[in-house]
Amino acid sequence: MWVSLAAIIVVASAIGIGIMLAISWFPAQGSNVAPKIDTFWNVLIVVSVPIFVSVVTMMLFSIWRWRQRPGEEGLDGPPIHGSTKLEVIWTIIPTIIIAALSTYAAILLLDIQAAPAKGTRVVNVNGIQFAWNFETKTDAGPVKSNLLYLPVNEPVTFDIRSKDVIHAFWVPAFRMQVDAVPGITTSYSLTPTKVGSFDIVCAELCGLGHAYMRSTVTVLPPARYKAVMAGLAHASAAVGGSK
Amino acid sequence: MASKIRQAGWYRALAFTILGIAVCIGLSTGLRAAFGLNPVYDGTAVLQISLLMVPIFFLGGIGCFDYWLRWASGRKVVDDHADHGAKSWKDYFKVNTDHKVIGIQYICVSFFFMFVGGLMAMLVRAELAAPGRQFVDPNTYNGLFSVHATLLIFLFVIPVFAGIANYVLPLMIGAPDMAFPRLNALSFWMLPLAGVMMLLSFLAPGGSFAAGWTAYAPLSVDAPIGQAFFTIAVQFAGASSIATALNFLVTIITMRAPGMTFFRMPLLVWANFSTSLLVVIATPFIAASQFMVLLDRALGFNFFNPAGGGDVLMYQHVFWFYSHPAVYIMMLPGFGIISEVLATRARKPVFGYRMMAFSLLAIVLLGFTVWAHHMFVSGMPNWVRIPMMATTAIIAIPTGIKIFSWVATLWRGVLKMDTPMLWATGFIAMFTLGGISGVMLAMVPLDIHVSDTYFIVAHIHYVLFGGSLFTIFAGIYFWFPKMTGRMFNEKLGKIHFWLTFVFFNLTFAPMHLIGVQGMPRRVSDYAEQFATWNMIISISSFILGLSSLIFLYNMVASWRSGPKASSNPWNSLTIEWQVSSPPPIFNFDTIPSVVGGPYEYGVPGAVHAIVGDPAKDLVPAGAGATEGHS
Repeated sequence: MWVSLAAIIVVASAIGIGIMLAISWFPAQGSNVAPKIDTFWNVLIVVSVPIFVSVVTMMLFSIWRWRQRPGEEGLDGPPIHGSTKLEVIWTIIPTIIIAALSTYAAILLLDIQAAPAKGTRVVNVNGIQFAWNFETKTDAGPVKSNLLYLPVNEPVTFDIRSKDVIHAFWVPAFRMQVDAVPGITTSYSLTPTKVGSFDIVCAELCGLGHAYMRSTVTVLPPARYKAVMAGLAHASAAVGGSK
Repeated sequence: MASKIRQAGWYRALAFTILGIAVCIGLSTGLRAAFGLNPVYDGTAVLQISLLMVPIFFLGGIGCFDYWLRWASGRKVVDDHADHGAKSWKDYFKVNTDHKVIGIQYICVSFFFMFVGGLMAMLVRAELAAPGRQFVDPNTYNGLFSVHATLLIFLFVIPVFAGIANYVLPLMIGAPDMAFPRLNALSFWMLPLAGVMMLLSFLAPGGSFAAGWTAYAPLSVDAPIGQAFFTIAVQFAGASSIATALNFLVTIITMRAPGMTFFRMPLLVWANFSTSLLVVIATPFIAASQFMVLLDRALGFNFFNPAGGGDVLMYQHVFWFYSHPAVYIMMLPGFGIISEVLATRARKPVFGYRMMAFSLLAIVLLGFTVWAHHMFVSGMPNWVRIPMMATTAIIAIPTGIKIFSWVATLWRGVLKMDTPMLWATGFIAMFTLGGISGVMLAMVPLDIHVSDTYFIVAHIHYVLFGGSLFTIFAGIYFWFPKMTGRMFNEKLGKIHFWLTFVFFNLTFAPMHLIGVQGMPRRVSDYAEQFATWNMIISISSFILGLSSLIFLYNMVASWRSGPKASSNPWNSLTIEWQVSSPPPIFNFDTIPSVVGGPYEYGVPGAVHAIVGDPAKDLVPAGAGATEGHS
């Protein structure tokens, strides 16, 4: 019985893990943080599936094996009140798993929230109801725009603010998110690693237009980025840097 | 007519309500005139004051304060139990001091709001079935999901557990009623009042409250007057909850039958004891958060206004300091219900009873240390994130102990897989999934990506629907015969379970995926790429919603004309099953005497309690109590 149960659990877990890992969960990996988060997710799946499979297998097995059969209506089960050994095992093993996952997560967190190097480009992100405004200082002058442009493979720090209500600045492809909070400046840093256009999504309910508070970040090769920003700096100056 | 208004009841409640509105108008216009404010009549000001004061007039009119006011004024009071017990259906619509009547009142009102809130969820899913606008504008949509969540949390899950416990707990501990029956009645009556207030918000100028059930400042401070309906209704629901919890604590501590030590209490009692501790300590914090919002809104205070020296994040800290324990308030009673159902239907003691009790207390304690896991991306200082991640992860351990112990309870039992048992075992599977997604969310690096996305919506519904609601159904089916004296239709019960189980998973499982892929929550519209999954989810949710009608039909039809139930159809050992179905008005002729543990299945001749005539009513555990198979 125990061997068959173990076999079922191992096989079902393997199938479960296989399916779960095969699913394409995440959008494109657009930043240096993305592969780390995606790997962490895979680890979480590999740990979680066997736990779920074990619980459900033991439960379904019990239901199948010890279902009340005709004639057993008046019967009771054995008066088993507990087992200290079992209690210790199923307290210690989860503790180890939790401790291991938390340690991994803490190290990963310290890595991704590490202070950026001096001289990292700063982009000021302003959330208002219901749009994003970006302001970058460039050699050609400040650039203000509703669309975000970034050079690939160069670190960037986002300083995020809001004047009205709480918004959240989230770029799914970058895997980083933080609220835009009136009264404080929040920030995070990362390095975009993929050329392309990615969604910017507001992820904190901010009122009527919350669903539409979206923008786009376009990550460009450095030369192209310089050219685009020069053009935008010219335009920003022309309109007096409004918005 | 005059006598109808002088007696406690609906006529007087109506009259007092009208009087209350008049008083509020008078107060508002009088004060505004005295301060030289123009215009003297301001609808918003009147509404604001009315929301606070008119409910109290209503409660007075319906009769919640009569006895106390009479006593306080020095007049003679008569303790004749005239308002105790239900002799006709009309008694269920009055102030009644019988815990059994109050329990049923709670359960029926809660389910009413469940259906209303559930209907709102259907409208939400109808709007989300395809990208673009289908039926409602964004403001209405935001209102729908806000009222949906608020009703289901404060007007369904929290009170229905209070109602089930109200009914069952005094019987289970061998008590004639709760410690404070009149307070119990007041607790109940604050509830429909809160629910009506929330629904009335749809009529307010600017629409219903629409800042989510979390009502973050500054959005809730800036919102139109509909928000005030939430701010104040939550106070009444909270007061109801606190008073009930106080009642449970005193009842459990002081009114257990002789011989019922703490470690001979059934786990439902332990669960409600733990929950009540959570409620009395935590609920004042949501009251505080809403009072601060109210003061900012109505009187121009600056709690959450940075320009005035306020702190936006403080709202979240105060709010979540309650609202995290709130999720345990919404789950722990369910844990107790599952222990009762599993032990009785598996004919085995609950495995590891002491650890089950201690794990409840551990969850209570730890539950106060994790609130900031709702704020990982809020902009609070980074250093708080790691300790909060640690404490959140640690809670998985007592919770895991419970899940493993329940499975071990099934092991080698004699399992009758009827409706309550299906819900209980379904719960174990679904809650394990919800708990796993919870541990994933505890891990900050992942949470940074999936915060405020459909991954969160998936998690909360796995633990609240697959968790709490499954236990509620288990409990309702399990104690239905005791409460109504009739048996429900078993076949319909099974159909209800299977439809719910399948379509619940089809509705909420895909949400994990679209959340990680990039769909935020609380949005009336979304990017094209999520269209297919949203359509699948919406259609599944409609069938899920329809399946609840089977439950409704079963309950109503069985209550009216189901086959009569015996006192102990499940052959359970706990005390509530040793009296008639439904129980006598005052529960017991003589106080029962507890002589053993509550789960002594499998021990021939074991008795938990001696109830009534010892010669007649002794119910030994299982006739032929050794296991019939190895």
